[in-house]
Amino acid sequence: MLEVKQVYKTFNPGTINEKTALNGLSLTLADGDFVTVIGGNGAGKSTLLNAVAGVWPVDAGTISIDGVDVTRLPEHQRAKYIGRVFQDPMMGTAATMQIEENLALALRRGRPRTLRPGITRSEREQYREMLKVLDLGLEDRLTAKVGLLSGGQRQALTLLMATLQKPKLLLLDEHTAALDPKTAAKVLDTTERIVQRDKLTTLMITHNMRDAIVHGNRLIMMYEGRVVIDVSGEEKQKLTVEALLDMFSKVSGSDEADDTMLLS
Amino acid sequence: MDFFITLLRSMPNAVGQGLIWGIMAIGVYLTFRILDVADLTVDGSLATGGAVCVLLTINGVPVWIAVLCAFLAGMLAGLATGLFHTFCGIPAILSGILTQLALYSINLRIMGIGSGSVTKASLAVSVNDFDLLVSQRYIRDLSWDNPLPLLVVFVVVLIALLYWFFGTELGSSLRATGSNPSMARAQGINTKFNTVLGLMVSNGLVALSGALLAQYQGSSTIDMGRGAIVIGLAAVIIGEVIFSKLFQNFALKLLSAVIGAIIYYVVIQFVLRLGLDTNDLKLLTALVVAVFLAIPYWKGKYFSKPGRKGGATHA
Repeated sequence: MLEVKQVYKTFNPGTINEKTALNGLSLTLADGDFVTVIGGNGAGKSTLLNAVAGVWPVDAGTISIDGVDVTRLPEHQRAKYIGRVFQDPMMGTAATMQIEENLALALRRGRPRTLRPGITRSEREQYREMLKVLDLGLEDRLTAKVGLLSGGQRQALTLLMATLQKPKLLLLDEHTAALDPKTAAKVLDTTERIVQRDKLTTLMITHNMRDAIVHGNRLIMMYEGRVVIDVSGEEKQKLTVEALLDMFSKVSGSDEADDTMLLS
Repeated sequence: MDFFITLLRSMPNAVGQGLIWGIMAIGVYLTFRILDVADLTVDGSLATGGAVCVLLTINGVPVWIAVLCAFLAGMLAGLATGLFHTFCGIPAILSGILTQLALYSINLRIMGIGSGSVTKASLAVSVNDFDLLVSQRYIRDLSWDNPLPLLVVFVVVLIALLYWFFGTELGSSLRATGSNPSMARAQGINTKFNTVLGLMVSNGLVALSGALLAQYQGSSTIDMGRGAIVIGLAAVIIGEVIFSKLFQNFALKLLSAVIGAIIYYVVIQFVLRLGLDTNDLKLLTALVVAVFLAIPYWKGKYFSKPGRKGGATHA
């Protein structure tokens, strides 16, 4: 479904802030894979997602989705294939627009924007039903401005928007990191439900090792712009946090093993 | 008593000017509030609209078509700014300044066409010789020559058209572009195209306003758009301060910009009657706009209540 081949990306080349974020990264996702991505700060996790989403062009390598080479496609054209939820709850929704307007924009992802009505009555009913599933009381607030919602509500809404038009690939960039633990668990639960229901091919970054182990059928760990650990199937089911930390210190050659990763 | 009589007598003219500048204010509202871009092109495109309209009219083109051409010329100006911004990567505010500066030369040349000289700083069009849509001369007449009814119709039709447009798929995507560009791109919206489109529509409206203004005052001049952006912002802000609680609907928000422009010109008449020098008007306008733009900032910085979301400091 997703094929990332030998991708390189260096930020600020030739300056003192030069940073090689992706260093010949290759990754292939099969149809229906739910892959969790872990790694320390600066390992290139978010860079990988942004490269796939097309936020900026990569320096070298190719990216294809479902057999289509998207390496040179701009971000808004790739959006046809991709649903995204960002780390920052503010980023995925338009605050000054209504809940139903945001959903209507998402429903039209990948279609040309014409002079037909931006939202129709039958859609509204559809949205009401969908919002009920989130169980956040949003179904009665269709015309409320999104700016009035809490971070958790906005993330849940963004998740709904990302999957409203079934994407070939769902990218989740630490989408629960900015939420309080209870809300984070709820949003993650909703994520799991939607991914299972629609059998979505998913790439989910998380800073929480336990979440990375519990969710998905495959786990990759990144280090210095490359995939260094890749476990799936039964092996992943047996994985423990300790084992994962062990593997990481072997690969990275240091036993600091990012306390932050364990603690969070 | 005389003071109030002269003030009252000046009211129709204030309303007429307000309606024409109200169309301009709608254009500013589209960029400033919807696209979240401060577009300085308007100072130039207003004069472009006037120049194109008058040039075509005095050369025998029907005035309706001349106004339409002015609208299209304004769209071209918006296109230039849009391409500077999206294709050349120049910051929006600077793109507008560049186009505005370039338009100064272009406007001089437009008005010079057919006059024997290469450039011209003003071009007269008399309502005696041409069948103009609006003219200040009849502003107090109780006849069909009075420009006010037509201006009201103009404003209403424009608001209706814009209300329809911003409710379409394309219009909604334009609003999303201004509200949150990263969200818009993630939803497959071409934010660059939309930014250019928004600038084009906005400057088209501004040029339309310039075309009406030139007819209204009987001439187009090179400096008729000087400070237009500030007047437009003043209208938008006055409208918002007075009607933001009352008017939630999009059409009403556009209307509040027009009413803001009318109030602006009524207040101007008032202070002029009080003896303010005309040349000090721009200073006054700039100060008023600066204060009103500062108020939301001050509110957040100095008057936010502790304990409110985002306002609290954790010591």
